[in-house]
Amino acid sequence: MCRIGAIKSTVPVKPKLALKLMLPQQEGHDSSGFAMVMQDLYGVFADSKEKPLLSMACTARGVQRINEYMDRHGFVQLAQWVPDVVHDQALALQAMPRYVFRTYEYPEIYQYRSQKAREDLLLDTRLALRALLAEEDDGYVYSFWPDVLTLKEIGDPAAIATYFRLWDDDCRLVAKNIVVQCRQNTNYAIVRYAAHPFFLQGYTLCANGENTFFTKNREFQIPLHRGYMGFESDSQTLLYSLHYVLHERQWPIQYFKHIITPLPYEEIQHKNDAPLLMLLRETLANLEINGPNTLIGMLPDGTMINCCDAKKLRPIVIGKTPSCVVISSEVCGINAVIPQRDVGTDIYPTERELITITNDLEITRWKQ
Amino acid sequence: MEAINTQDIATNDLAWKIEYIPERCTLCGSCVAACTFAAIAFVRVDLPHKKTKLLIRQEPSLAHCCVGCGVCEKLCPSQAIRPIANPHSRQHLLTSCSGPARRGGRSNLQRQRTVDALLVGRISQMTDPSLDAERHTFDIKAPLGRILSPDKLPLQRIGDTLTITGKTPPVRWIYPLLFSDMSIGALSTHAWEAIALAVAYLNEVCHIPVRMSSGEGGMPMKLITSDKLKYMILQIASGHFGWDRIIRTIPHMPCDPAGILIKIGQGAKPGDGGLLPESKVEHHIQHIRGVPKTTLHSPPNHQGLYSIEEAVQKMHLSLHAAFGFRVPVAIKCAASSTSVAVYNNLLRDPYNICGGFFLDGVQGGTGAANTVSLDHTGHPIASTLRDCYRAAVAQGLQGQIPLWVGGGIGMTGQAAADAFKLICLGANGVFIGKLLIQLLGCVGNEYGRCNQCSTGQCPTGICTQDYRLMMRLDIDKGAEAIVNYVLTFDSELRKLMAPVGNSSLPVGRADALISTDAAIAKQLGIQYAC
Ligand code: SF4
Ligand code: SF4
Ligand code: SF4
Repeated sequence: MCRIGAIKSTVPVKPKLALKLMLPQQEGHDSSGFAMVMQDLYGVFADSKEKPLLSMACTARGVQRINEYMDRHGFVQLAQWVPDVVHDQALALQAMPRYVFRTYEYPEIYQYRSQKAREDLLLDTRLALRALLAEEDDGYVYSFWPDVLTLKEIGDPAAIATYFRLWDDDCRLVAKNIVVQCRQNTNYAIVRYAAHPFFLQGYTLCANGENTFFTKNREFQIPLHRGYMGFESDSQTLLYSLHYVLHERQWPIQYFKHIITPLPYEEIQHKNDAPLLMLLRETLANLEINGPNTLIGMLPDGTMINCCDAKKLRPIVIGKTPSCVVISSEVCGINAVIPQRDVGTDIYPTERELITITNDLEITRWKQ
Repeated sequence: MEAINTQDIATNDLAWKIEYIPERCTLCGSCVAACTFAAIAFVRVDLPHKKTKLLIRQEPSLAHCCVGCGVCEKLCPSQAIRPIANPHSRQHLLTSCSGPARRGGRSNLQRQRTVDALLVGRISQMTDPSLDAERHTFDIKAPLGRILSPDKLPLQRIGDTLTITGKTPPVRWIYPLLFSDMSIGALSTHAWEAIALAVAYLNEVCHIPVRMSSGEGGMPMKLITSDKLKYMILQIASGHFGWDRIIRTIPHMPCDPAGILIKIGQGAKPGDGGLLPESKVEHHIQHIRGVPKTTLHSPPNHQGLYSIEEAVQKMHLSLHAAFGFRVPVAIKCAASSTSVAVYNNLLRDPYNICGGFFLDGVQGGTGAANTVSLDHTGHPIASTLRDCYRAAVAQGLQGQIPLWVGGGIGMTGQAAADAFKLICLGANGVFIGKLLIQLLGCVGNEYGRCNQCSTGQCPTGICTQDYRLMMRLDIDKGAEAIVNYVLTFDSELRKLMAPVGNSSLPVGRADALISTDAAIAKQLGIQYAC
């Protein structure tokens, strides 16, 4: 089973805090991998927050092909972080030959284009790079977006952290938001793309459990958007539903909850907005999840969200101090990160709640 | 010694033979009186020493052949008589010599059902635990009505809420088991009333929103003008019987009906029209349908409809308009190799007004059809359904026109299993007809038993307008049997949803199914297992 976690802080934090959050939960996550998305970056990328940041892992040939592609399409490289990896045979991980974390300047004509045109460009570029690398199995592109960094690898999380020197105090990767998970999707084949958090156009999502309506979700999502692809994991569909509701339909966040875990028909009848809820339920029946899931989402503006399946078959807990909010599958993770907090204020969300955490750490518990 | 005439018919030529034990018979006469087909009679036979004896004899006649209904056996106080299927029967051949044979019931040849080669094989056990069928709440409802794609919803965002700013097509959320169209006329008023009573009870006492289709031929005035109309789906078939009265009554209806069903075809006799023999057109049927006493033919198709596009425009629109665009209008066709094409046409209809595609498979029943049609025309339902669902998926239109399927549902007794598997293949719900009358006491089956629904002599009082026969059917008991069956269906459906971890209907969740037949698995796009 997966364990998921997130840290949202008013001061930038290092990945080792995320590891501290996840390692106590090790019994539950089998240590088969480590994956995190960092947003609102400081440190090495502090000065290029507006510029799209490419995160990928690939072969030497892969880097070359990417460079050629980016050149050809008018992207100019800006800042870069090349991890100074620890070459130690004893480390239990399956490292890729190269890791690329760089920001780019938009192609010249895009400097004057709309936000939407830029968003489309970044998505299409990521998809093109992904296809390019897939041609000859040259690696993986995880995200290409301003102020967002993704790191994923297969192996023991502690070893991966050592390899990338994430334990070091002078680690130059720092961010105010980290969403993290410590397991490859071992239900099926081990594929790096199957490891959450997943990312699409500013939306990040991490979910544990098993989405029993995966087939329905997937079949419905494929024609909706070119970015709804891959489907290496059954929780990817949750990211696409989030993106669909918020980005494509521009609907308020609470409708995401209504759509993935609709209220029973009987309960809807007693709601003031019953006609609307029925309409959403019938129209988007194929986005219902109906399985045991807990999800952590991160929106383009940095807001974090959390909610569970309708029967709450997956646990989650949220702890808080004045300077940070920590979300975790198990409370032992939170205890490791913020032991000093008042545990009485911990939140155990119910199956009908949607939790939002804003950048100033205001927590809202919205009930469906 | 008598001369032999090999053309003579003997009881051994007939499909059913009577086994009679004279030593047990008390000559009470119940069997003879009860046999609606006059297949048995008293005869006096000569015994040695100028003695005679009264015995019961089976008529060696096609006109009065025994149909195996077993009513005699049921009534005999001494277990002295019963029908036995005759493997040496020549009856099929012999009846064909006097014109095309007709009968009711289901096909007697196509007994293999695809659903029986499917298993619910994806059981939630670890990462996605099974639900508890007794403890969890299940949300078992299915749509009837046109569902729009999300980008077509008339919604406006005002602050943090969405508001509906326009009209959307009417959609009813009903139980995924629908009582299918059997008309008053085909059924006795008693049988029809028993089914309608069960529907009312299921809705009002059990809170299970089952709906019933009227069948072609209208409805009793008392029902059309009562609030029970909300449980009824009014059917319009090619004969348009009963619609004159329905249309005139619209202003007096206290509520809207649940839906309108345009019947184009029937799975048991695709391409063939309806038929109500004169013998069944009794006074009350004439009244309800607005016809004289005569054999009533519904044409094979709706006169004046030349294409689906036209069907959509003319019938859907006018029926929608008649009920103020408040009632979903669906269409029922016989399953066919062309079903996908029809469904595609409906899906692409620019008016968004087709509220359901009802597909009736070859194993569906009928009140009357030519035997040749019953046995040799039609299309299995599983692959038709799957193909339609996948055609919709390919266009991103799944769920927009709900798929309801029928034809042989519950043939093995477990309609819940059939329904569950078909739902996983893409159906929103299923409809049953023959199963209902079997619950009322119909003894007909797929092995040639009875099936005399077209004769007006139904021995169980279900398919007849003969008042004396109707009296054999206890309405309350019949309704009770249906109610109890639906309650069992409901808990069995939960028993199937729980292990796959679903509390909502797993429409299109074909990953929950496996097949032990490789060809079926391939055709339906599900996992093969052995
Ligand atoms: S089985 Fe039916 S048809 Fe045959 S003799 Fe008995 S009552 Fe008549
Ligand atoms: S019902 Fe039985 S006992 Fe009575 S006449 Fe018929 S066979 Fe004889
Ligand atoms: S019992 Fe009546 S309804 Fe059943 S098959 Fe016989 S005639 Fe038809």
